[in-house]
Amino acid sequence: MSGGAGRLLAAVRGALVTAAAGALLLFPLVVPRVDAVEKTVSWRWANLGWCAAGLFAAALLWRGRGLVGGLVLRIPPGPPSSNGGMWGLESRPFALRFVWAAGVVAALALPAASSTYQVSVLTSALIAVILGLGLNIVVGLAGLLNLGYAAFYAVGAYAYALLNLHFGVGFWAALPLAGLLAAGCGLALGFPVLRLRGDYLAIVTLGFGEIVRLVLENWSAFSGGPSGIPNVPRAALPGWEPGLRGATVLLYYVSLALAALAALVVARLRDSRIGRAWVALREDELAAEAMGIDRTRVKLAALAAGAFWAGVAGVLFAARTTFVSPASFTFLESAMALAVVVLGGPGSVGGVAVAALVLVLLPEYLRPLAQYRMLVFGAALAAMMILRARRPAGRAPARATAGAVR
Amino acid sequence: MSAPPVAAPTAPPVLLEAAALSVTFGGVRALEGVDLRVYAGEIAALIGPNGAGKTTLFNCLTGLCAPTAGDVRLHPPGGDGVRLRGLSPARVAALGIARTFQNIRLFPAMSVLENVMVGRHARTRAGILGAVLRGPATRAEERGIAAAARALLAKVGLAALANEPAASLPYGLQRRLEIARALATGPHLLLLDEPAAGMNPRETAELDELIRRLRDEDGVTILLIEHDMRLVMGLAERIVVLDSGRRIADGTPAQVRADPEVVRAYLGGGP
Repeated sequence: MSGGAGRLLAAVRGALVTAAAGALLLFPLVVPRVDAVEKTVSWRWANLGWCAAGLFAAALLWRGRGLVGGLVLRIPPGPPSSNGGMWGLESRPFALRFVWAAGVVAALALPAASSTYQVSVLTSALIAVILGLGLNIVVGLAGLLNLGYAAFYAVGAYAYALLNLHFGVGFWAALPLAGLLAAGCGLALGFPVLRLRGDYLAIVTLGFGEIVRLVLENWSAFSGGPSGIPNVPRAALPGWEPGLRGATVLLYYVSLALAALAALVVARLRDSRIGRAWVALREDELAAEAMGIDRTRVKLAALAAGAFWAGVAGVLFAARTTFVSPASFTFLESAMALAVVVLGGPGSVGGVAVAALVLVLLPEYLRPLAQYRMLVFGAALAAMMILRARRPAGRAPARATAGAVR
Repeated sequence: MSAPPVAAPTAPPVLLEAAALSVTFGGVRALEGVDLRVYAGEIAALIGPNGAGKTTLFNCLTGLCAPTAGDVRLHPPGGDGVRLRGLSPARVAALGIARTFQNIRLFPAMSVLENVMVGRHARTRAGILGAVLRGPATRAEERGIAAAARALLAKVGLAALANEPAASLPYGLQRRLEIARALATGPHLLLLDEPAAGMNPRETAELDELIRRLRDEDGVTILLIEHDMRLVMGLAERIVVLDSGRRIADGTPAQVRADPEVVRAYLGGGP
């Protein structure tokens, strides 16, 4: 009992320190307000009080979480050997299964309870999940830092738009075609950059991404230039021409199914011969080669597999916005996809999916905060980065290897 | 004894043959016309002072370093001789030469078992499609890979640690894991680069016993670089001595120990 009281006291003391430090840091932001017109400075001390109180409460909750029952959000302690994935859920199969089941039911039922706008936002989040999972193959598993991933996304979107414009190719046929085209582009990029690693590879892929965007912007006869290609058809089913609402909901379900498929594919790849070869190359290229891994083939496979999913995501994007233009495939898109992988934990399928949802949905739902939106978004990213479970990337959980034996 | 250093009357077939191998890095001559033969089924050692070119020679044999001149041929049992010069490290591994590294190079974030499973890469086939569809053939292959890896872990005494991250193993066990991973490639010839470095006497004795078992039970030919002279003299049947990139001796432990060139190379001293 006294031990518990002691820990509570320590938690309070720690929370006080946190609140004081936070108040000090926030002081210049929240207290003085300079009125340039009246040439006066007003001191809003009440703000500082609120901030300190809020920080104190948050810190106390965080520090005391072990004292009052088990919170779901629990970081597995100890070295990276701990097997818990993001939020430590993987180490609790029952909780995990429950969360998964609830998530699936919610994902299936959401369109019925949401406005068309909401469904569309969720679709864009699912597209980000597919992008993140695809890039996860390249960056997370194979360790090839790719900063031009948006190029393959653009290839997919333009493939659908152009194939439809010139040959009347429909949405369903475009999905695999665009994926394969993007994979082909991945191979084409792969050949010249195979010898590069780390920073050098990052810079070349960054250049590749810009080249693709600039070609699309300037080769007007081919791509319509900066004004893009309008009137890309939405998703439809044979014999059913849905309205705006119907098409939006259909695309949501298609995106959901493809995101699930991508997650399954990436998880299976991770625990396979080729996935182990990717991780081995990432961990120690020289040793991997000495173990009989053909660097060229295995790296090309990673680039192509990653690009395939970007192409698929591109088709979904084009069908969602019904309009493609180079402005949608800037470096920011590549950076966003990379942020998803880093935040989700390279190599982790569930983590990447959650990170993609958060990264797309958070800014959307923070809109009421108006000008503070990006500030809070940035703080949330930083917080996630600090709090997320640190699992060694690409290390298949024990159950995966056990499954291989069964 | 004045017996010739190689080719006793009942000499077993040559497994690996390097002829007049030279390597220059800029102006530095790391190897100068080195001849080396490894006979099938023997335990041979490569010794020499630091900087003699031992690891460079290993790198040339495994395709990690392209020789400036000279040739390397592998004669796999029951097959034709293969020229190794110009082949990628992956090809060389597939042909049956495996190695460990002086400064241990495991895949730290992978589990102990997965490290060994990676070694089966060149002996298995499943590609992306197989991995995604996970058909019966792929699953059977995966089972085979895992079973082979577990058997190798049992052989080197790491079976109980199969699911630990490789980076968490103590030093001596990491060296054993590297040997298991190399064996997973199914080699005819195993090159060990200072396998006893950093080991205490008990671990070294266990290593000695393990290397003998690999040769006697699995028929793997072994060539090792080692500075622990007690281990080398007790284990190796033949010793090749390098100094400043040249081969200065080749013979039984007794012959090499008595060789004045070798004594001079190790103790320094005048011309």
